[in-house]
Amino acid sequence: MTTMTGSRPTLSPAARIARMHKQGKLTALLLFLPPALVLFTLFVIWPIFNAANLSFFKWSGYGAIDNFIGTQNYQRLAKHSVFHQSLWNSLKLILASLFIQIPLALTLALLIYKKTSANTAFRLIFFAPYILAEIASGVIWSFIFDGDFGVSGQIAAALGIDPFYILADRQFAFLAIITVVVWKYFGYHMMIFIAALQAVPEDLLEAAEIDGAGRWQKVFYVELPLIMHAIKLSAFFAIVGALQVFDIIIPLTNGGPSNSTHSIVSYLYTYGLAQLNVGYGAAVGVVLFILCMVTAFSYRRLAMGKGGAL
Amino acid sequence: MNRPGFFLALVRAAVLSIVAALVIVPLIATFLGGFKSVGELRASPFGLPPVWRVETYTEILGGSVFWGYIQNSLIISFSAVFLTLMLASMAAYIFAQIRFFGSKYIQAYLLLGLMFPFATAIVPLFLQIRDFGLLDNPLGVILPQTAFSMAFAIVLLRSFFQQLPKELFEAAYVDGCGYIGFFFRFTLPLSTPILATVGTFVFVQSWNNYLLPLVVINDSAGYTWPLGIMRYRGEFMVEWNRILAFVSLTILPALIFFTFTQKYIVAGLTRGSVKG
Repeated sequence: MTTMTGSRPTLSPAARIARMHKQGKLTALLLFLPPALVLFTLFVIWPIFNAANLSFFKWSGYGAIDNFIGTQNYQRLAKHSVFHQSLWNSLKLILASLFIQIPLALTLALLIYKKTSANTAFRLIFFAPYILAEIASGVIWSFIFDGDFGVSGQIAAALGIDPFYILADRQFAFLAIITVVVWKYFGYHMMIFIAALQAVPEDLLEAAEIDGAGRWQKVFYVELPLIMHAIKLSAFFAIVGALQVFDIIIPLTNGGPSNSTHSIVSYLYTYGLAQLNVGYGAAVGVVLFILCMVTAFSYRRLAMGKGGAL
Repeated sequence: MNRPGFFLALVRAAVLSIVAALVIVPLIATFLGGFKSVGELRASPFGLPPVWRVETYTEILGGSVFWGYIQNSLIISFSAVFLTLMLASMAAYIFAQIRFFGSKYIQAYLLLGLMFPFATAIVPLFLQIRDFGLLDNPLGVILPQTAFSMAFAIVLLRSFFQQLPKELFEAAYVDGCGYIGFFFRFTLPLSTPILATVGTFVFVQSWNNYLLPLVVINDSAGYTWPLGIMRYRGEFMVEWNRILAFVSLTILPALIFFTFTQKYIVAGLTRGSVKG
């Protein structure tokens, strides 16, 4: 915490700085630290603070910022049905991540965490969608879901019915998006679980076996409790990730049909940035920021005693 | 093998194969789709092409548009990686090597960067980039990407630097090597594994990034490849064979590169989650 530890005599701040200078520490400090700090402040911290400020104004991005409108942006936001839909969509994504994606990833991790060459191949395959760009994944799946070409086209043709355009269907379009999100990210969660499972000490499993534990008992009483922190971390990433889905939605539905598939970020982009409603977009950003913060702090509370694995 | 064991092995193989097929089939269909005509694609989206037409691919590869996108993306991604590694390792070195008043506070300040995605601040970020005159300039993408990678990079680098043997520095210091000299002559060369991890990770993020270039770059000559894909799709709408060929060409090099660097990507992802 401080510069001094142990039994060394306490020096005045000026003397400390003089000593650091003599040792060459001060030069290193002044040369090495500021570039990172300045860049971080200019492009990360300042915009966040600025968002909080701008969210109380009506501003088109040009000229003086003098049209203070108090909390009107937030009030409009609270009343906008498309925003409600985008929050609801984000919640659906979170639920799908927690109850479909993570169990799937965990099952697969348990099946292939041991180091064999076949397992390595599977791991490579399952992880591939994660490194693919969201835009590319979205375009590929918009082909698969295209009523004239991909899967739905094939099924419709086989059944002799009219082609079904799932991405243009209010009821099912978001289900399609959820499918792509699970497809894209399950490998990422699986990798977290595999790393954690490989760190489970071998002798604990052997001890359990000697005590007569079966296959399932080893999973439920040894492995799962020992990788609980990884599961929590994974859930945290899933929630924060679900809150910021954007790139996948644009090529798939672009928020449509009739604005039913927006995420918070695509809503922000469409209503705030694309139309240069700076104040309004900033207000959406602030809401998103608060949601992320709440998630981060609840995660910290949940994972207490772990020193916050963040 | 006993019978329940055999049965379980069978279920396991079935589950793994089905999931693997669900991952691979869309990718292969994309790749094969580029060899088909629109009519063939409509008749059989997933099968092998009846005739292997290479025109669609060669047309894209022969034009300058595709290479322009790739070049822009490469410039941005490599610059972001270089800048992040440089600035973050310098800062991480200070935190690992020098104790000074305020060190903890500055680190806590930087950790804020791990808490939120840059979509939250995209509107003011856009204004900031505009006011700096960096719209339609690669730097307008590179600098914010670097800034948003900073927190994660510093955390990983600092913990690695702290594990380097202290005696090494003491010996070098006695021999007249200063803090700055030590950083360049010892710390950096000894840290290649972690630099590769952070570098690969930043590269993937930058290479795949869509929102920031979308906001910053308007002139199509400066488009990165994700913007290029969307533009190309807008141009050719229902000519799926062209779009699929274009997508294949953009993701193929990435898939190959990432397969080889997978080790580093995974290391970046799972660090911290294991130790908890």
